[in-house]
Amino acid sequence: MDYSQFLMMRQELGLLVVFLLVFLYDLFMPKKAQTHLPVFTTVLFAVFTLLGLNLFWAEGTAFGGMYESTMSTEAIKRILNIGALIVLIQSIKWANSEFVAVRRGEFYSLLLITLLGMYLMISARHFLLFVIGLETASLPLAALAAFNKNHYESHEAAIKYLLTAVFSSAIFMMGLSFVYALGGSLYFADLSTAIIGSESALLIVALAFVISGVGFKLSLVPFHLWTADVYQGAPTSVTSYLSVISKGAAAFAFMIILAQVFGSVYSQVWEWMLYALIILTITVGNLFAIRQKNLKRFLAFSSISQAGYIMLGVVANSTLGLASVMYYVLIYIFSNLAAFGVIQAVENNTGKVSMDEYNGLYKTNPKLSAAMMIAMFSLAGIPPFAGFFSKFFIFSATLQTESVALYVLVLIALINTIISLYYYLLVVKAMFINPNDNPIATFKSAISERIALVICVVGIMLLGVASCVYTFLTNVSTF
Amino acid sequence: MEITMYMYLIPSLIMFCCGVYGFITRKNMIAILISLELMLNAVDINFVVFNRFLFPGQMEGMIFTLFAIAIAAAETALAIAIIINIFRVVKNLDIRDITKMKF
Repeated sequence: MDYSQFLMMRQELGLLVVFLLVFLYDLFMPKKAQTHLPVFTTVLFAVFTLLGLNLFWAEGTAFGGMYESTMSTEAIKRILNIGALIVLIQSIKWANSEFVAVRRGEFYSLLLITLLGMYLMISARHFLLFVIGLETASLPLAALAAFNKNHYESHEAAIKYLLTAVFSSAIFMMGLSFVYALGGSLYFADLSTAIIGSESALLIVALAFVISGVGFKLSLVPFHLWTADVYQGAPTSVTSYLSVISKGAAAFAFMIILAQVFGSVYSQVWEWMLYALIILTITVGNLFAIRQKNLKRFLAFSSISQAGYIMLGVVANSTLGLASVMYYVLIYIFSNLAAFGVIQAVENNTGKVSMDEYNGLYKTNPKLSAAMMIAMFSLAGIPPFAGFFSKFFIFSATLQTESVALYVLVLIALINTIISLYYYLLVVKAMFINPNDNPIATFKSAISERIALVICVVGIMLLGVASCVYTFLTNVSTF
Repeated sequence: MEITMYMYLIPSLIMFCCGVYGFITRKNMIAILISLELMLNAVDINFVVFNRFLFPGQMEGMIFTLFAIAIAAAETALAIAIIINIFRVVKNLDIRDITKMKF
């Protein structure tokens, strides 16, 4: 066997080294040093992320074509790394809190392993590796959702997540078995040649099953019912991880599957399925977000509608679409993590998560309110902030091919952007305008939370204006 | 009598549909887990049968099945652990009681 092919998996190997070091630290270091575990993990991961930004780029295939690393997969892995790093920084204080401290080693191990699963999912060019990656990414997340052992909601969230995850992966694998019957192989490349021009009913059923399986991970609308409950019940660190990293990885992997395996039956089969899914996802996500009072649930529904926007790039089915999906995920990571950072800071210090309790936050905590406002503006897509540019690029990528259906689709998405502005501004209104006799008292958030917020806010401000980021992503995006 | 592919596929389809039906209608969480197992096993049967009858020259479906079995086992173990934790709080296994968070 040629061991040099492992060099194609540099990102995976690097992450594995980080994971092993964290694991050994947790296992063997004396009790006194254990309190530094969160900082140790974060610094180690930061080194890994920053080194990865210009080192370790690899292109090639491994394991007989089961694993492929291209410039675009390498780029999306680094984007996910940045997001995971911010989540790690945010969770330092929580990991050192009283009830979590005993088990924090498990938190970090599980988190890093899910990231490894997502890497495999992204780079997989064979459905067996893809399924393994998918399960490695989703099973530990159920354990992480149940991490707040003394909160009943946490367990409720975990069981809801796990049962729906297994259900959807069973349906996904059923779809795969039909695909296997059609193509006689599970390699993406072999399958795509086997199904060229085929319009058999079996293919349509298989594709519907596959789309619903991945749609669950992305929380597209008919498969979104777990999202709000899990987001509310899980610890906030896990929620923020779930909402950005897991979603970004799934969106990218989804696009790769649709383009590489089912690319030849685009217009006959899956184009229209996706149209329906996108319209439903954006609209239902928006309408339900309006009536939420709990901020975590509110962000859950907002993330559902954001997933719909990401899918617009998938429907474009071009390299420009791929670039705008990556760009959207990058911006979405910064915006959503800024919002979650504020929520986490308030929750850690006061235990409050409901929107009414945020009334008058500006009077007592002006900096946090400003960060939240910028995050909301970016999520809604208001021009100076990065969210506007990501939406702009994703719409223009979708409109590359001229067809009436796509125009209607983008029009509906645009109308929904305006609806979403209403509820994003509700949060801003609560913080800045609504009167409150006893608002949340002034508090000083931990240094780690502040660092994470500053990174997010700077990212939101700069990433839209710095055009080099998008240019870079268009340059690297190839299927 | 010759045994054809459909004689395997139809039971597997019935198993899958029973699993979906059970997942939706069962009230006991363990019963829901059993329904999920039924669905996953139906997938395994499908893979093995397609491999055996349609592509006898290769082993891809069989290998996939082996991995699918391992994944299903991991899922069950995790689900049981979480169910035990819930049982400690609510003292029963009825899924209708798990409704603290909704809408």
